[in-house]
Amino acid sequence: MEQLKTIGRELAIGSHGGWGQSKEFLDLVKSIGEARSKAEEDRIILREVESLRRRIAEPDVPRRKMKEYIIRLVYAEMLGHDASFGYIHAVKMTHDDALPLKRTGYLAVTLFLSEDHDLIILIVNTIQKDLRSDNYLVVCAALAAVCKLINEETIPAVLPQVVELLTHPKEAVRKKAVMALHRFYQRSPASVSHLVSNFRKRLCDNDPGVMGATLCPLFDLICADVNSYKDLVISFVGILKQVAERRLPKTYDYHQMAAPFIQIKLLKILALLGNGDKQASGHMYNVLGDIFRKCEQSSNIGNAVLYESICCVSSIHPNAKLLEAAAEATSKFLKSDSHNLKYMGVDALGRLIRINPDIAEEHQLAVIDCLEDPDDTLKRKTFELLYKMTKSTNVEVIVGRMIEYMINISDNHYKTEIASRCVELAEQFAPTNEWFIQTMNKVFEHAGDLVNVRVAHNLMRLIAEGFGEDDEGAESQLRSSAVDSYLRILGEPKLPSLFLQVICWVLGEYGTADGKYPSAYIIGKLCDVTEALLCDDTVKAYAISAILKICAFEIAEGRKVEMLPECQSLIDELSTSHSTDLQQRAYELQALLCLESRAVESVMPLDASCEDIEIDKNLTFLKDFVQQSIENGATPYIPESERSGMSNVSNFKSQYQHEASSHMLRFEAYELPRPSPAHVIPQVSVPTPIADLFPVPETTCNSETSQASKLPSVAGASSAAHGIKLHLDGVQRRWGRPTYSSSSGPSSTTSTEKTTNGVTHIDGVGSQSRDKLNESRRQQPEVSAEKQKLAASLFGGSAGKTEKKATSTQRAPKGNTRNAERPGAARSRSPETSKEKAAPSVPDLLDLGEPNPTSTTIVDPFKQLEGLVGPTPMPSPLDNSVKTSGFETPDLMAAAYTDLPPSGSSSGSLSSTTRDMYSVDKTSNTATSVPSIKKGPFPQDSLRKDARARQVGVTPTGNNPNLFKDLLG
Amino acid sequence: MIHFVLLISRQGKVRLTKWYSPYSQKERTKVIRELSGLILARGPKLCNFVEWRGYKVVYRRYASLYFCMCIDADDNELEILEIIHHFVEILDRYFGSVCELDLIFNFHKAYYILDEILIAGELQESSKKTVARLIAAQDSLVEAAKEQASSVSNMIAQVTK
Repeated sequence: MEQLKTIGRELAIGSHGGWGQSKEFLDLVKSIGEARSKAEEDRIILREVESLRRRIAEPDVPRRKMKEYIIRLVYAEMLGHDASFGYIHAVKMTHDDALPLKRTGYLAVTLFLSEDHDLIILIVNTIQKDLRSDNYLVVCAALAAVCKLINEETIPAVLPQVVELLTHPKEAVRKKAVMALHRFYQRSPASVSHLVSNFRKRLCDNDPGVMGATLCPLFDLICADVNSYKDLVISFVGILKQVAERRLPKTYDYHQMAAPFIQIKLLKILALLGNGDKQASGHMYNVLGDIFRKCEQSSNIGNAVLYESICCVSSIHPNAKLLEAAAEATSKFLKSDSHNLKYMGVDALGRLIRINPDIAEEHQLAVIDCLEDPDDTLKRKTFELLYKMTKSTNVEVIVGRMIEYMINISDNHYKTEIASRCVELAEQFAPTNEWFIQTMNKVFEHAGDLVNVRVAHNLMRLIAEGFGEDDEGAESQLRSSAVDSYLRILGEPKLPSLFLQVICWVLGEYGTADGKYPSAYIIGKLCDVTEALLCDDTVKAYAISAILKICAFEIAEGRKVEMLPECQSLIDELSTSHSTDLQQRAYELQALLCLESRAVESVMPLDASCEDIEIDKNLTFLKDFVQQSIENGATPYIPESERSGMSNVSNFKSQYQHEASSHMLRFEAYELPRPSPAHVIPQVSVPTPIADLFPVPETTCNSETSQASKLPSVAGASSAAHGIKLHLDGVQRRWGRPTYSSSSGPSSTTSTEKTTNGVTHIDGVGSQSRDKLNESRRQQPEVSAEKQKLAASLFGGSAGKTEKKATSTQRAPKGNTRNAERPGAARSRSPETSKEKAAPSVPDLLDLGEPNPTSTTIVDPFKQLEGLVGPTPMPSPLDNSVKTSGFETPDLMAAAYTDLPPSGSSSGSLSSTTRDMYSVDKTSNTATSVPSIKKGPFPQDSLRKDARARQVGVTPTGNNPNLFKDLLG
Repeated sequence: MIHFVLLISRQGKVRLTKWYSPYSQKERTKVIRELSGLILARGPKLCNFVEWRGYKVVYRRYASLYFCMCIDADDNELEILEIIHHFVEILDRYFGSVCELDLIFNFHKAYYILDEILIAGELQESSKKTVARLIAAQDSLVEAAKEQASSVSNMIAQVTK
C-alpha cells in the first residue's frame, strides 16, 4: 500500500515536472531555493542530513532508493555540509553490477573523496575489476574515477591496466586512458617515466579526440624537458597545419573555427619548443603566418587563437614579419571596446615589448585608458605591463602610481605582490637615495606587514652603506634625512611591525649622529614605540637595542647619560619579561651603563654596522675552559656524527621518516617477514646530556644568524663584555644575505634611454615625464568629450556619462538605467557602422548551422519571466535588439531584481519561475499561469509563439538564442 | 589547468561545484564565499576575468547563472571563456534549451556531462557530437536498466522520460 502511494506521487511529479526525482527531493530543492538567508538554507540542509543519516543506516534500503539518497548527499555536500557518514555507502554503490548505480556511485566518490582519503583503498579493487569490463562505459566510468582518486600509492595497482587500455578499440576509452596517465605523471612523474613513449604513439592516433587529449600530457612533459622533444617539432607543425586547413572532421569545428582548442594547445607547445631555438622556430613561421591570416577576429574563439599565436610568436626566435602581424593583432585588441580583449591586448603587449620596446609607443593612450579604467582586473593587468616596461626614466611615475593604487586596496594577496614589485623596481631603478627612502617608507607604511623581511634588511643595509659611493657627505645626508623622516612618521598611529623595526634600528644607529637631536629626545621616542598598543617583542628588542646603542655612543663621547624615567621603567619591565631575549637585552643595557667610556667604545664602536665581524666557529676561546673541565673529570665531547643512540633525536626521526616513505601499499601477496633490525635496541640507551653542555659547531653557526641571544649563552661563562660583543654581531646578521645590488641604482640613473615606452614618451628626468603624463591625461577628457559630443548629436543629452554611472553601480533607479542605456547601446554601435553590419551576419552563438526563420521570435520563457517578475515590462524593440547589443541584458535583469520587494527577491523569483516553468515548458498553458502578462502585448505573444514552436516540434535546441546569448557583445 | 568549476546563481546560491585540485570542505566554503562576493559585485561591461590569490577566475553569466572556472595565471582566459561556452552549449543541447531549473534538479546529469568535457582539470573533448554521443550511450543504458526493473517503475520511467 505504502509503495503504491509513493508510486502515485511519483507519477504525479512525472506529469508535473519530469525531473525524475522523488517528491522529497524536489521539495528539498525547492525549499532551498526559497530560503531567504544562508542560515535558513543551513537549517534545511542540516535537517535533511539528519534524516538521511537515519534512513541510510536502515537495513535493506532498496538500491534505487539508495541511489537517490546518495544524490541527495552530494547535494548537501555541494552546499558545504558534511556528509561523510554516507561516503561508505557511495563506495558500496560502486560495487554494484548495474551500470546506472555504479555510475552514481563513482560520481559520488569522485565528488566526496580526496586522493588521500582512507576509503580509497576500498575502491581500488572495484576499479581494477571495472577496468577489465567488457562494457566500455563501465571502463570509462572507472577511468574517470582513476583520474580523481588514484594517488601515488595506488598507481602501481592500476597502471598496467591503464596502459593496456591505451590501445582499446573505443576512442573514448583511449582518450580517458591518456588523461589518466597524464594524471599519474602529475602525481608522481617517476611512476610513468618509462611510459612516455606511449604518449608519442597516441599523438598519431587516428581519432582527433585522442590526439587532442594527448597534447595535454605532452605539454607538461615538454615543459619539464624541452630538448628531448625537439624531434617532434615537425610533427606538431604538421598537425597544426592540417588542423588550420580544416582537415579534421567537421564536428571539431567550433564557431566556424577549425578545432580551435587543439590549435591553442599546439601553439602552446610550439611556443615552448621554439623558445631560443632558431632552427625549430624556422619550421613554424609558415604555419603561424597562415593562422594570423586566417584567424577570424569577430568571434571570441578566433581571438583566443590569435592571442595564443601572439604568445607563440613572442616566445620563439623572432621573425620580423610575424612580429608585425602580432603587433597588428595586439593593437586591434587594445582598440577594441571589449574589456576582455583590452585585457588580452595589454597582456600581449607586455610579451611583445620584451622583443621590441618600440611597439608600446603607439598604444600609450590605450594603456593610460586601461590604467584609469574602473575595472580592477584591467588595472592590475596594466600595472603588470608597466612593471615590465619600467626603466630608470619612468620609475618615479610608475612606482608612484603603483603605491597610490596599493594604498586603496584591501586584497592582501595582491597588495603583497604589488608592494614587492614596488620594492623591486625601486631597488633596481631608484634615481636618488632620497626618493628610494621615501618610496620605501610609503611601502612600509601601507603594506609593512606584507613585505618580505629581506626588504627591510636591505633598506637598513642601504642606509648603513649608502649607494656604494665614496662620498661621506652624501651618505650622512642620506642618513639624517632618513632619521628626519622616521621621527616624523613615528607620530602616526598603527605602523606595521617591520617598519618599526627599521625605524628603531636607524634611530639607534644614526639618531644622534648628526647632533641635530639630543639623545634624550631619541630615547624618549623609542620608549614611546615600545608603549604602543600593538608593539610585539621583536620591535621591543629592536627598540631596547637602539637605546643601548645611543647610550653607548653617549658614554663613549664622555657625556653623562641621564636615565629618563620612562626608559628606566622600560628596562625594569623588560628585565622581568617572559622573553629571555628581551630580558637579556635589558640586562646588557644595565651592565653597559656601569662601564667606563673606553670599554664602552670598544664594545659598541660608533657606526660600525658595516664592518665585518669574524666569527670563530671553532670556539677556540673555549679551549682552556674545556681542557680544565676534562681535567676535572668531565666526559670529553663526542662529535654528533660519531654518536650513536637515543640522544640523536633528529637522526632517529629521519630514519623513521625514511621507513615511512619506503612503505608502500602492496597489491601482491605478502612475503615472509624480515627479521627485525638489530640496531634498534642500542638506540634506546641512556641519553647523554653532553649535547646540552657543549653545543655542536654546526648548531652555533646556525644560531649566529637567527638568534642573537643564543651566542652569549654559549659564551656566557667567559666574560660579560664578550657576551655583549657577540650579541652585537647578532644584530647585524639579522640583515640576511647581501641581496641588494647597490651598483645598479646610480648607474642606471645616468644613462638616458631614448627608447620610448607605453605610459609616456620620455627621455629625461621624472618631472618632465610627469608633465607628459599629465599631458596625455589631459588628452583623455578631450577624447571622451568628443565621444560624448558624437553621442549627444546623435541622441541628445549627455548620454555617455549617465550610462557609465548606471552600469557601474547597477543599483540605479530603473528608469534612469533604461533611459541611459538605450542611447548608450546605440552609441556604442553607431560609430562603427561596419561592425554593426557585421554583427547580424555573424551567425548567433547557439545557432548551430541550421538557420530557422522563427529563431528570432522564440524567446526563452525563463528569461522572459525574469523580465515579467519586475514591475516594468521590457520594451519590445529593446528586446529584439538584444541580439546585436547583448550586453545590456544583465542590467535589465539586475533592475528587475532590485525592484522586487526585498523580502521576496529570491523566493519569489524562484518559486514563481518554478511554477511557470512547469506550465510553460511542459504543458504550454501560458495564458492562465502568467498573471502579469497583461502589462504588454509582447511577452504574451512571444510565449505563445514559443509554445507553438514547441508543439509544432521545432527543436528548441538549436534556435534558442536568448538564454545563452553571449552577454559580452 | 582548471582548478575548479563553480556554478553560482545571482543570489550567490551554489548550483554545482567541481574541484580538480585538493581543497578541504572548509576551504571550499571560504572560496565560494570569497568568489561569489567578488564576481557577483562586478558590473556587466567589465572583464570576465578576476585575479584571485595568484590564480585567475574566468566567469561568464548566462541569464541568472554564473559559470566560473579557476585557472593558472598563465592560462589563456579567452580559451577558458569558450570552454565554458562549450559546456553550456552541450548542456543546452542535452536538456533542450537548458535553464537554471534543469541544472538544479538534474545536477548529477550536469556532473556527468562535465566529466565528459573536462577530466583532471583539462579539456578532454572538444567535439560536441562526441560528448553528446557518449552521454546518450550512458543514458540509454540507464533506460535499459530501468526497463528491466518491475513493470511499475517501467511505467514511471516512461512517464518521466
